[in-house]
Amino acid sequence: MGNIVEIKHLTKNFTDKEKNVKALDDINLEIKEGSFVSIIGGSGCGKSTMLRIIGGLETEYDGEVLVGGENVTAPSRDKGFIFQDHRLLPWLTVKENIRFSLPDSQKKNDELIKEYLSLVGLSNFENAYPKQLSGGMSQRVAIARALANKPKILLLDEPFGALDAITKVNLQEELLKIWKKENITMIIVTHDIDEAVYLGQKVVVMTPRPGRIKDIHTVNLGTVRVRTGELFTAARDEIYKEFFKESELPFSYSI
Amino acid sequence: MEKKKKKGFGYWLLYFALPVIILAVWEGYSFAGKLKPYALPAPEKILKTTVEYIQNGQLFTNIGVSVLLVLEGFFLAFFVAFTVGICVTVFPKFDTFTDLIIQILKPIPPIAWIPLAILWFGIGQDSKIFIIFIGAVFPIFLNTVDGVRNIDKKYFELAKVYEAPKSQLIKKIIIPGALPSIMTGVRLGVGNAWVSVVAAEMIGATKGVGYMLSNGRSLSRPDIVILGMLLVGIFGKLMDDLLRWLRKKLIKWN
Ligand SMILES: Nc1ncnc2c1ncn2[C@@H]1O[C@H](COP(=O)(O)OP(=O)(O)OP(=O)(O)O)[C@@H](O)[C@H]1O
Ligand SMILES: [Mg+2]
Repeated sequence: MGNIVEIKHLTKNFTDKEKNVKALDDINLEIKEGSFVSIIGGSGCGKSTMLRIIGGLETEYDGEVLVGGENVTAPSRDKGFIFQDHRLLPWLTVKENIRFSLPDSQKKNDELIKEYLSLVGLSNFENAYPKQLSGGMSQRVAIARALANKPKILLLDEPFGALDAITKVNLQEELLKIWKKENITMIIVTHDIDEAVYLGQKVVVMTPRPGRIKDIHTVNLGTVRVRTGELFTAARDEIYKEFFKESELPFSYSI
Repeated sequence: MEKKKKKGFGYWLLYFALPVIILAVWEGYSFAGKLKPYALPAPEKILKTTVEYIQNGQLFTNIGVSVLLVLEGFFLAFFVAFTVGICVTVFPKFDTFTDLIIQILKPIPPIAWIPLAILWFGIGQDSKIFIIFIGAVFPIFLNTVDGVRNIDKKYFELAKVYEAPKSQLIKKIIIPGALPSIMTGVRLGVGNAWVSVVAAEMIGATKGVGYMLSNGRSLSRPDIVILGMLLVGIFGKLMDDLLRWLRKKLIKWN
């Protein structure tokens, strides 16, 4: 399969009040259709900015960004975007939130709404208001909302950053399941090394000031992905070494 | 937010204590002959006048006329303020086009419009509706605009991701997002409508609560004046209660 995303010499400057921030500096990246890519890096290295450019939420930049072979000029339903906050409309019920996102031709398609709510395990909550949901449930709805629009690519900007560890692991599992089932390209931005390694087939490591790609790792977790065991530990070590020198590795693994 | 706790006897005792104290002191002074009846009559005199006004139907006629005027003026104001308010926020050019006029008209108090209103519409009901309209339109308009401007920008970004057309944007984001603020505007608007109706009726009217005030004064009947004032106060409170209830019904998501 070909590349769904192609980024060539992408540079992005933010200028406000005479101050200039180079958020991205000469980024080159190709993402294969159907793959799962993690982007990791410290705060302020331009991860969100890059994702927003791919998603069409940010349209002023230098260089070339192609999604599906075309220049991105605006956001669209086929580029699903999951924000760190779930961004459900508080005045609409879960069902109506999803309905709001659908194209005119599908607005009355209750079956579609039900199908995606059941995919994220929230069939019983279609009439709940967002304030009645927990953070994890809200983020599930946000994922269902994006998927119901049948995107070609799903962009996730620290989607689980605000969740507790257990909810987080559950949602990661579900996301992987969905990825395998729906065959959607997924790009996740995170600063959680375990998350990056567990989800991504590739891990893009970025460094700040100016935002650059430092390295791209290919993760091999074998045919069955597990969070424990040698393959995972080895892959995680590799990423840790990007951020910490050998001597200051935060912990050692002796079992 | 208000708690759902049942209010006990102590609460209601405290709630009604001050009015009862005022009534008792008032009664005491007038019983002791310390009050001049032509300035401040005894409470029972006002009660007597109230009964009299209920019996001869004047109480309901007067209050009915005023309430009807308030409603007419208010709905007209709401319709205009809401429509213009939404247009101003959705179409920036329309905002620029109308801004200066709105800014200049806004500080002019409703009573300042009375002379012109009478010249334009005569001393009938139309001129009063106009005054009420002026009184109610600005708070509703300003709060509508404010409400829309304070909607979190992230929701507009969401609308872009899902390619929502302007009609959806207005129906699903702008109106519900601004609703709490719009309801505040409506409450202020209704309050202003009451102020305006009394002012307008005091100047030229043959019915209405404002007329009761001016009529009571020319007849040297402070009891009628006070009855009129109480009616304004009580109906104003009732309308505000109604609006608070409506707000709760409409905004059930938080
Ligand atoms: N709208 C903006 N205006 C000005 N500067 C911005 C804007 N958005 C981002 N920046 C700057 O660009 C740089 C990259 O920001 P970005 O949000 O992409 O970082 P990030 O990698 O997502 O960080 P984090 O992990 O904290 O979310 C930062 O230095 C930030 O201050
Ligand atoms: Mg970010």
